[in-house]
Amino acid sequence: MTGERILTRNFHRADAHTLAAYRETGGYTAWEKAQTMEPTAITEEVKKSNLRGLGGAGFPTGMKWSFIPKNHAGPVYLVINADEAEPGTFKDRYLLEREPHAVIEGMLIAARAIRSSVGFVYIRGEYVEPWRRFSAAVREASEAGYLGGGFDVVVHRGAGAYICGEETGLISSLEGRKGWPKLKPPFPAIKGAFGAPTIVNNVETICHLPHIINRGAGWFASLGTKTQGGTRMYSVSGRVKRPGVYEASVALTLRQLIYDLAGGVTGNGRLKAVVPGGSSAAILRADEIDVTLDVDGLKNAGTMAGSAGVIVMDETVSIPEALMVVARFYAHESCGQCTPCRECTGWIYKITERIVEGRGRKEDLDTVLDVARRGVGTTICAFYDGAVGPYISYIEKFRDEFEALVTK
Amino acid sequence: MPKLTIDGKEIEVAPGTNLIEAARALGIEVPHYCYHPGLSVAGQCRLCMVDIEKAPRPTIACNTVASDGMVVSTQTERVLETRKSIMEFHLINHPLDCPVCDQAGECWLQIYYMKHGLYDPRMVDEKVHKPKAVPLGPHVILDAERCILCSRCVRFCDEVTATGELGIFDRGDRSEIGLFPGRELENKYSGNVVDICPVGALTDRDFRFQVRVWYLDAAKSICPGCARGCNIEVHVNRRRPHHAQGRRVARLKPRFNAAVNKWWICDDGRYGFGFVDDPSRLRSPLRREGGQPLPVAWDEAIAGVAGALTRHPPAEIGVIASPKMANEDLFALRRVLERRGAAQVAFVVPPRVPGDEDKLLIRADKNPNTRGAELIGLGGDTAAILAAARARRLSCLWIFDHDLLDAGWPEAETRAALGAVETLIWSGPNANATSALARWVLPAAAWVEREGTFTNFEGRVQRFRTAVDPLGEALPDWEILGRVLTALGEPTPAARAEHWFRELARSVPAFAGMTYQSIGDTGQMVGTTREAARA
Repeated sequence: MTGERILTRNFHRADAHTLAAYRETGGYTAWEKAQTMEPTAITEEVKKSNLRGLGGAGFPTGMKWSFIPKNHAGPVYLVINADEAEPGTFKDRYLLEREPHAVIEGMLIAARAIRSSVGFVYIRGEYVEPWRRFSAAVREASEAGYLGGGFDVVVHRGAGAYICGEETGLISSLEGRKGWPKLKPPFPAIKGAFGAPTIVNNVETICHLPHIINRGAGWFASLGTKTQGGTRMYSVSGRVKRPGVYEASVALTLRQLIYDLAGGVTGNGRLKAVVPGGSSAAILRADEIDVTLDVDGLKNAGTMAGSAGVIVMDETVSIPEALMVVARFYAHESCGQCTPCRECTGWIYKITERIVEGRGRKEDLDTVLDVARRGVGTTICAFYDGAVGPYISYIEKFRDEFEALVTK
Repeated sequence: MPKLTIDGKEIEVAPGTNLIEAARALGIEVPHYCYHPGLSVAGQCRLCMVDIEKAPRPTIACNTVASDGMVVSTQTERVLETRKSIMEFHLINHPLDCPVCDQAGECWLQIYYMKHGLYDPRMVDEKVHKPKAVPLGPHVILDAERCILCSRCVRFCDEVTATGELGIFDRGDRSEIGLFPGRELENKYSGNVVDICPVGALTDRDFRFQVRVWYLDAAKSICPGCARGCNIEVHVNRRRPHHAQGRRVARLKPRFNAAVNKWWICDDGRYGFGFVDDPSRLRSPLRREGGQPLPVAWDEAIAGVAGALTRHPPAEIGVIASPKMANEDLFALRRVLERRGAAQVAFVVPPRVPGDEDKLLIRADKNPNTRGAELIGLGGDTAAILAAARARRLSCLWIFDHDLLDAGWPEAETRAALGAVETLIWSGPNANATSALARWVLPAAAWVEREGTFTNFEGRVQRFRTAVDPLGEALPDWEILGRVLTALGEPTPAARAEHWFRELARSVPAFAGMTYQSIGDTGQMVGTTREAARA
């Protein structure tokens, strides 16, 4: 039902993070093969595979690479976004801890495709063990000669800001500045880190590359849906019997993930709602979970695949309280650069807190909805648009719960 | 040259022009806070939204470069609604302390609320509280609650002065501007952050609570602080003389001139007007008898000075003019000297402390009109004139606005020179150690009390205009000199400085063809008129 596991196939091995174990299972053979391929052929293969960014935005990976200016003189950078900080999302840490060489091999392949000689891996500061494991793997790969012969990897630890996972905020932070997203245009592929053309890819996205090169784009595409190839890793948390990370096709349904893989709903056993793609995805009601988990499937359902962080809520969960917690997170993490995001995240948090404390007013609900909608699309980055996902969907889909609180 | 349409009007702009500037060129105002033409584009305030044909949603005009065929609308319903919303967001946490905020009358939150906001506030929760009245440096004070985080001040310190004192700290609605640890906002241009702050977050320690801005009058002027000649506005407090302890000049503000100072002035210039209302100002002409200064009427002083110039042989008359004097004064002085046939004139006095200079605006020469004095032909050897005085080869010495006892010369030698002449005449706005030795002291109007022109180090002739009346009986130097000339038998009809400028333009080739009209508000380079080329 869930098919072959690709990224997580070695997770059962205690030594999966070592070079020896990685090589034993065919590690770095894709890199050998990629070296015989023209860079444009690699990009074409990735385009055909229908691999889409798995950090949240779901943008086609091969197409992103092709935005790097042709015949660019000077450095081109590859940046791996390992600043995993979306509430409910905890998949990349497993790859960094258990398959760090897959990240490195993927980087080697991507770097060849975009003609980059330096790759930065920006790891969330709180991820101490993943950083240790990954740094050790970089040392091993250097000693074994995979790195240092035309491509180097720099490991950079973040200082703990959610916004540093946003592509351009990450670049600002990497450059040594405050983690503020940058105005676009220019886009990173034209003018990114340190002013050079830059591709930012997510950890999980990059880990798929060795398999695409080894087994072909057609095979990878066939694993998923028409518009998205492959499998992906779902981090499942909340009221389920077996929380954790599951790998399965992107054509899996949310219901299958919750009931077949994660063992069903705990708490009072009755599903109330699910957030399918990290905390910024719009919430789904229990009757809306027969959707496939690919980027377009969830988009059509009015929510998003995002980072595939699945948060499950049973009937004992208070949706207003859940919204308050999410609102507190976004108010805390807004970088403060753009006015609508800076002011409205704080304002909406205050309103939701007041509602939960029983001091809500009837008009508060419409104020939140109105403010959320007015702020959409007015900011430099997608942070506020992300925050709006829960603001609007929690209230629209569970309005009765909110109204019960404000009419008290 | 991209050609685009904004609100139905076509315009061609220079490549790279953003939509705020393109609209401005058509007289269309796109409201904005964080955008400033002298700073990098930040795109943070999100107020300057416009609709661009085919774009799915409004776009910020500051970060959008005009391109050929672009169709822009600044007044669609969608744009107006967006603006209104952004205004509401700006004001969510802004305190309503307008009645005590010293930005009242100059606050773009107030102005834009009236023009583009006008909504009923929906925010009922406690606002975020932040530090108030925090001194950032010698000149600037911060009220963090009023700050809308436009980052103009931060970018100014990063990009213009490259001193980097300021940053934005914390995140979300707790964000606030502040100093990096151990730093103070003490760069030489710190006052400019007050000018560019669109709200009442950064105020001027010298000006705050002195007078409400709507009681101020403004006159276009030129900073006399150095040879740059920065364009300024002099803000004066004439309608509320009981405010600010009667201080008449309330503040100086930079006035944009692309060729001279752009949007900025230095702190030395900005706060250098204190002498105008200083107790040392001379209010009436003085005659000194046996060490005692005696106030006299102008008629007596003019007669006394003219009498001295007539009595002393021209070869024994020395004049030390000042590069702080206007072109008009210097030319009138030249006429007086020509009338008497006196030839010993100079104007350069070495300062006691050498002046500093930088790459932005500040010039080492702290005089506004050195170039003018050179062109008008008053150059000479000041030290030689003093040496002649010491050797009693001079019997009459007329000094303009210098304190020779506080210059880069040995004080005893200077004192000996000043003591050796029979008639010492001194003109200037403020008394000093040198004026205290003069037989005749002529009170001159300060630059804000009169009009005239200065020629800056690059040769740009620029007009300054009257902001307040002369203090006491003080008169502009050109008028004092005109009266002396009349007493010497050469009546002059000069009732305005402009008369002397016309004379100057007639006589000195570099100024040929120039008029007050041709100089205008932004100045004119010497030697650039057709008449000057012919001469």
